[in-house]
Amino acid sequence: MTALLDVAEFSKLFPVGGPGAWSRLKRRFSGEAENLPKVYAVDNVSFVIEKGETVGLVGESGCGKSTLVRALTRLIDQSDGSVKLGTRELSLTPSREFARDPDRARIQMVFQDAGESVNPRFTAFDAIADPLRRLRNLQGKALKERVELVATQCGLPLPFLTRFPHQLSGGQRARVGIARAMAVQPDLLVLDEPTAALDVSVQVVILQLLQQLKKEYGMSYLFVSHELSVVRLLCDRVLVMYLGKIVESGPAAEVFEHPLHPYTQALVAAVPRFGDNANGRLRLMGEPRSPIDPDPNVCRFYGRCQRGTDACKATMPALRQFGARKVACHFAEEFLPPSIS
Amino acid sequence: MIVAPALSVEGLSVDFRTRAGMVRALDNVSFSVAKGETIALVGESGSGKSVTAYAVMGILDPAGRVSAGRAVLGGLDLLSATPSQLAEVRGREIAMIFQNPRTALNPIRTVGRQIADVLIRHGNVPRREAPEQAVEMLRSVGITDPGRRAKAYPFEMSGGMCQRVMIGIALAAKPSLLIADEPTTGLDVTTQAVIMDLVNDLAKELGMATIFITHDLALAGQRSARIVVMHAGHVVENAPTKDLYEQPRHPYTAELIAATPDSAASLDELASIPGSLPDLRRTDLPPCRYSERCPRKIAACAQPLPHAELDPGHMVACWHPLPKRPKGATALGAPKVSAA
Repeated sequence: MTALLDVAEFSKLFPVGGPGAWSRLKRRFSGEAENLPKVYAVDNVSFVIEKGETVGLVGESGCGKSTLVRALTRLIDQSDGSVKLGTRELSLTPSREFARDPDRARIQMVFQDAGESVNPRFTAFDAIADPLRRLRNLQGKALKERVELVATQCGLPLPFLTRFPHQLSGGQRARVGIARAMAVQPDLLVLDEPTAALDVSVQVVILQLLQQLKKEYGMSYLFVSHELSVVRLLCDRVLVMYLGKIVESGPAAEVFEHPLHPYTQALVAAVPRFGDNANGRLRLMGEPRSPIDPDPNVCRFYGRCQRGTDACKATMPALRQFGARKVACHFAEEFLPPSIS
Repeated sequence: MIVAPALSVEGLSVDFRTRAGMVRALDNVSFSVAKGETIALVGESGSGKSVTAYAVMGILDPAGRVSAGRAVLGGLDLLSATPSQLAEVRGREIAMIFQNPRTALNPIRTVGRQIADVLIRHGNVPRREAPEQAVEMLRSVGITDPGRRAKAYPFEMSGGMCQRVMIGIALAAKPSLLIADEPTTGLDVTTQAVIMDLVNDLAKELGMATIFITHDLALAGQRSARIVVMHAGHVVENAPTKDLYEQPRHPYTAELIAATPDSAASLDELASIPGSLPDLRRTDLPPCRYSERCPRKIAACAQPLPHAELDPGHMVACWHPLPKRPKGATALGAPKVSAA
């Protein structure tokens, strides 16, 4: 069985700065080789998503989650590597052309704040109908039926379809965002912090809706979030990113129960728990290393890591497999629970 | 232990003029915070948490008006104080940390100068010494290389660092009361933990009373000694953190705890809260603004709200509170997730 999405050695670099605008212009027109420093937003990342699986992607802001997701969904082009959707190699199609590709409907995205990501001059109906018109060529009665069906499934009452985004509450907007993305029945739904702006009581309803839709349609989810407590509940597997690299992956419950990478350990320790004493917890101090032309031989976490030995700045730890889990740390063995080692 | 409260809010009501008429955003809100104590105001958006803070600080939107109540800080009623009295108190006695540090900081002034401004205005620091002390302040909020960072503008710093600067500004004049309005919303969990540690440590060091406003019940439960739960402009429950979690007596509090993902073992176990906040513009609002969503509604709910002290220090505004549970059981009866 081939995986639904197979990402291999995937990178996205952004050139930055240069001495000044003038020399940048000169360089562009003189045709000299681009030798600008680069931000390694996503650096040589590989993972797969199976059919029907929910994969969580966690990491701090600036770690490259959003860049990775935008490149996967073909909103921007990658710098290097391959993305396979089933048997189709997506990285060969430039992102500009992919918008009109028949496979566009197979990967859809739910953006962070539906209030910002839905056209303010579109009613809820137009917002949901737009991808159906463009990708499924639906019109008239068939279109109306489909929109109403999807809206109902997403728990959006039909009278609300005539409203504009600003006339809807946060929870209703989130429903519009989800309905719009799943209207064309994608195989993979990428969700970028869909509940970040919502109250807990609304968040619960949206998460349960997502779980129910997944059961009905057998979609796969890539769920980007920094809320570990939510990821733990919704996701089968989790990928932890730090500064452009995947540092740990594995079944969500196991990763949060026995984090192996020091960054994951700090992340789990930082999750607030009711009535728990925050004193003496593992804390992540300082700022992350610069992502601009990082030294390929130094562990990205070096400097913030409690451990930080000479080995960490001499060799970049590779992602090593331990049972169902992968960790990029020289000292992962020390934290292995007895069930794996 | 009875300590004189640093701030005591009594019967605070705030009305907002809107196109649809007067809206009572806060109705008879009372709570107090003792010196050195940290309390949390918790509720969904629209519950009146921030309005409470703004009313106490005297920075309500011009459409809002305090219609009743007192907020006493060291013998001075902040709500009836003159503008010049308030200006003396603000910054020196009460300070506030705002939600979004990037927009709350002045974008065209270096952070060192912004701290120096507070020191000069409220800290009785001579103008000449202020820049140096501002650097010290940056150091004490954990900014590395503070001498260089003092000359930076807010846009040159990360969100976590901006929040540290905000804390530095708030604490520059060593206030006796700190109001932190969602200080870590929009920050990473790892940064959130560090910032909250910092606020807690500094509060302890200065013996400050802290009011911590958040929608994250788990965070409030971890960081405060007492939790005040708000719903649609009412205080529905006010109890020590441990009691509130183990023995929530107001139905809304119990539902809020059950909806917090922290406590559940699976998604199915999470319970949503039926209905939504009532439209406060309505003229026929019931005395208990939760009653229309409430599974435990009885006939008595049509009477004016009680403010019953069910246990010492455990206030509940409900006619039909949940019964007391046997000791040790959590709100859900579910085992807690072990900390790794």
